[in-house]
Formats: sequence, C-alpha cells, structure tokens
Amino acid sequence: MDYPLTEEQQMLVDSVRAFVEQELAPHEAEVDRTGEVPDELGAQIKNKALDLGFYAPNLPASVGGGGLDYKCLALMEREFGKTSYGLHGYVHRPSEILMVCEGEQIDEYLKPCVTGKKQEVFALTEPGAGSDIMSMQTKAVREGDGFIINGKKHFISSPVIPDFAILFAQTGVTETPRGERKLVTAFLVDAGTAGFSIELGPKCAAQRAYHTWQLTFDHCRVHESKILGEQHQGFELADQWLRMGRVWVAAGCCGKMERLLGLATNWAVERKQFGQSIGKFQGTSFKLADMAVDLKASDLLVMNAAEKADNGMMKNEDAAIAKLFASEAVGRAADSTIQIYGGMGLMEELPIERIWRDARLDRIWDGTSEIQRHIISRSLLREAGG
Amino acid sequence: MKILVPVKRVIDANIRVRVKPDQTGVETANVKMAMNPFCEIAVEQALRLKEAGHAEEVIIVSAGPEKCQETIRTGLAMGADRGVHINTETTLEPLAIAKMIKAVAEKESADLVILGKQAIDDDNNQTGQMLAAIMQRPLGSYISKIEKNHDGFAITREIDAGLEKLQITSPAVVTTDLRLNEPRYASLPNIMKAKKKPIDIVTPEQLGVDISNRIEVLQVTEPPTRDAGVMVSSAAELVDKLKNEAKVI
Repeated sequence: MDYPLTEEQQMLVDSVRAFVEQELAPHEAEVDRTGEVPDELGAQIKNKALDLGFYAPNLPASVGGGGLDYKCLALMEREFGKTSYGLHGYVHRPSEILMVCEGEQIDEYLKPCVTGKKQEVFALTEPGAGSDIMSMQTKAVREGDGFIINGKKHFISSPVIPDFAILFAQTGVTETPRGERKLVTAFLVDAGTAGFSIELGPKCAAQRAYHTWQLTFDHCRVHESKILGEQHQGFELADQWLRMGRVWVAAGCCGKMERLLGLATNWAVERKQFGQSIGKFQGTSFKLADMAVDLKASDLLVMNAAEKADNGMMKNEDAAIAKLFASEAVGRAADSTIQIYGGMGLMEELPIERIWRDARLDRIWDGTSEIQRHIISRSLLREAGG
Repeated sequence: MKILVPVKRVIDANIRVRVKPDQTGVETANVKMAMNPFCEIAVEQALRLKEAGHAEEVIIVSAGPEKCQETIRTGLAMGADRGVHINTETTLEPLAIAKMIKAVAEKESADLVILGKQAIDDDNNQTGQMLAAIMQRPLGSYISKIEKNHDGFAITREIDAGLEKLQITSPAVVTTDLRLNEPRYASLPNIMKAKKKPIDIVTPEQLGVDISNRIEVLQVTEPPTRDAGVMVSSAAELVDKLKNEAKVI
C-alpha cells in the first residue's frame, strides 16, 4: 500500500503478507472448489496464527490478545482480505463485545476465545430481520432466575461449529417519541444447551469455504448469569461492534483490489493482440487507471476511519463511507479485471472469478450498500434538522 | 557463544528492478526495500542455534545509509537481540564490508559469523569468503546444514558434485545456501519488542576502515530482451538449428 507506515506497521504488513502467501493462499483454490477447509489444515493455520500472535490481535494485551490499534488491525485485514475468508476465519478476531464479560464469564467465554480454545458466533441476523434488525422475532422471556428463548437465527458465520453463541433476543419494549421500540439483550448460550440446535446453513456462491449456520432456539432456558453486559442494552453493544466490522470489510476489499490490480496490470503487459500489449490500448489502460484511483481512495478512507477510531472520533458514517466505497470499488475492479483477461478471467484456473464472486458479498454483509447510504444520508439530514 | 549476522538491505525480491536513465545504477528511490533473502536465512539459523542453547546472543550488523536500521529491525523482529549499524552514505564494495564486519566481529568477540552466500542485488558472492580470509578463520561457504559440537561445527556444503561434510573449528565464518532453513515470520510480540532493542551506531572511521572504492562502475544496462522461441517440427531440425544457427553443438 502506498501510505506512510511506521516501521512496526510495515513489519506487521510484511509478516502477515508472507504468512498469507505461504500458509493460506496455496490452499484457496482447493477449499473454494470443495467448499470445505479440512480440519487438519484449519488446525494448522490456527496453531501457527496463535504462535505468531496473529490470533485475537484485536483484544487487549491484558486479556492475552494482540493489543493492536485499529490502524494495525486494518492493515492485517487488508492482507487477509486477499485470500479466502474460509481460511482467514481460522485466524480468528473474537468479537470485541466479549470484553464486557464479567465475573465467571471472563474465564468461561472471553479468555478461551483469546487462546483459541473456544469459538463464538455473533447471532443477530434472522430470516425475517436482515437490514431491518429491529424486526427481530427471537424473544427471551423471563422465568424465575432465567429466560426462555424462542426463535431462529441465520447467516451466522463461523468456520467451525461454534462453542457458544452471543445471542441477541428481544426482552421487552419501550415507548419512545417515535413509537414503540424493542429492547434487546445479549446472552451467552452454550452449544449443547437443551432447546438450542445448530445446523449448517445453505451453500453460498461467494466465500464458498466459509460457513454460515442456522441457530434454532426452542424453549431454550438460560440462566440470568448468561446475560452479556446489561439487560436491554444488547442493541447498543451490537452497534459498537458492527461499526468496526464495516471498516474491516472495507480493508479486506482494499486487499482484494490490490491483488486484482496486480493481476490485471501484469496481464495488460504480457497479453499481446493486434501486434502489441493490450495495455497499449486505452480501453485496457484506462481501466487500470480507474482501478488504481479506486484502490487509493478506498485505502485512504479505511485508514482515515481507523485513525479516527484510534482517537475515539470515528462516527458511524465514517465506517459506512469506507465500507460503501471500498465494497463497490472492488466490485468494479473485479469486473474490469475479468474484462481485461477476456474469457480466461472466468476460468477456474485463475483466482479472478473467485475474487469476483467473493467481492459480491462485500456489498451485502455487515450492512448492504443501501444501509450504508441510509446511515450516511441520515447523519447529513439530522445535522440539518431533518 | 555470540553469533554475528551481517545483513544487507536490497530491493525487495518482488519488485521489478529498473536501470536509472543515466545508466549509473538501478533506481532505488521510492522502491520497496527488504532484507536480502539469504541474510534472512542467516538470521534464522542464528536464532535456531540460540534456541537450541548453543548461543547466548545474536547480533545483527548492517552497513549503509540510515535506512539500514529498518533492515536491522527486521532481524530484531525475527528475534535477534540487538543491532549494530555502520552508518555511511558511501557505496560499499565487498572488501570494505568484510573489513568492517571483521572490526565489529572482533569488538564483539563473535564466535560465529553467519552471512548470506550472496546478495540478490549485486550477486557478488564475495563478502563471506573475504571476511574468513582477513580474519584467518575457517570458512564454510554455501552450507545447507550446521550443527554445533565439541570441536566447533559440523557443516554440510552444497557443491557441484553433491554434498560435502566438513568439521570446522570455532570461531568460524559460514555462508548460507537456500536450503539451510525456511526463515520464520516475525511474530506480533517480537515486532512490538523490536523497537525497544538497542542498535549501536558506528562509522567506518570509528572502526578504522578505509572504505574508498577500488572499482569504477562504467555503465549499468538492462539485460537484453529475449526473443520469442520457435517451434521445430522434428529432432533433425532442432539439431540443425543448434549446430548452424545457435552454434552450440
């Protein structure tokens, strides 16, 4: 990346890049073809990541995490974004929400996630509640010293069967000037709890080696000690986490774009038609120029959002702008790269068609482009009194 | 045992090297630089000897402009203990580098100096050999294996005829071949520690070494572009072309 990095940041980028190129990328075509990461390979990647301190880099050193700042995390995500998320998933970045664990929750949930002994999932999305998360149907009803949970979650992503879910469920309603608003609470629900079942979700055209799970809660009883954070404060918790997730998606898009631009540029030089390199035709070279501009702009937006986050100044719209622009830019870059390669661009022998499929997901997960535009425009209108 | 590992800052192996328009050298301004890959292998081997309990300290040394400290830090991030930077803006030739490494090795009382067999920029393959000669120490060049034992080091060298096994006494100088090891990735904790590790800065004058150049570079040019290959229809045609066109048989 063409950006002034500190020595540490550059060393981190170099080390993560070498790790991605040598330990993950050689397997990306195969895991995409089969839709599975073999257990042995997953364990190998995870163990190496643990040894290198690349696992849980986002959590503070005080709990055994890497303690990296947001800029360094963005740089890591950018490198991992170049390859399959199915493989990257084994270099886990546990949900920061777990930092609100208290008492016994710390040893039971937070610390095992840092050491790789347990894997959590973030269970928010429902079949009927995607972008409109407040239409959530999953309910937790108080009964004695616990809650009875009923509902269904889907698109809950994790490379492996999770050990527990950070589950968001409706626990009440409150009146606001704008009408009734659901109150949501986050719960820690262990796999194996009676009434809680986990099934593999449908196959996806993008990120084929990455898995999503369907979680079903049928009269599932959890003790009140499993509330994560404050009761009725689950949505506020989720919101904090979702914001940074958008910056990470944008950083991954930058990694993909850098890879695409490298492939497209080399091909534009090597491939000869009508007696010259196709890069000599402006129909090709201008596409490269547009990709370079998109990449640079995306990188700057990501680093700006990360820097603001490091200074406690990042707003929702900063993350939304970076995510919206970078995810749409990588879509354009993948399309242009295929056009420059012609028919070869769609062949499975090359990574381009895979990146093209994977990049399509970036405009959807962690908030669709439409949701990002909503966040950005809402902040403008609110400031103007609208 | 103390191990000294001289490292060189070179243009990153993934970068396409370009000759400067005035043909005095290659373009290095705004070009990504990295540690010479053979030097990385040398650092890795030093760390493995230390981890096996054979060495107490691994010291990285590099000569050149201030930016060389970044390359030294890379070695420190891999796990080396400290660095020595020989600060100079002068273009350095292998003999001058060997003399400066000798001065540092003597000052540090290094028992083993591990160097890359060559740097991927100039491909001179001279510094290690010159260093052993001027220090009057046994040399193991192009090693693919090294083990510490009572008498010094048991080494395996990669030579044209195969593998040569030798025993050399300590103190010694060795140069690494590609197959000696696979260098590690710098871990996150070591990257964070690297900044706090000390780097001593010295000058060639302080080391008492004359680094004036003995070689004059006349011109640097791009290698000639290779013509596209041709398909031959028979073995006879191939033999004919090798004999009469290429004149190699």
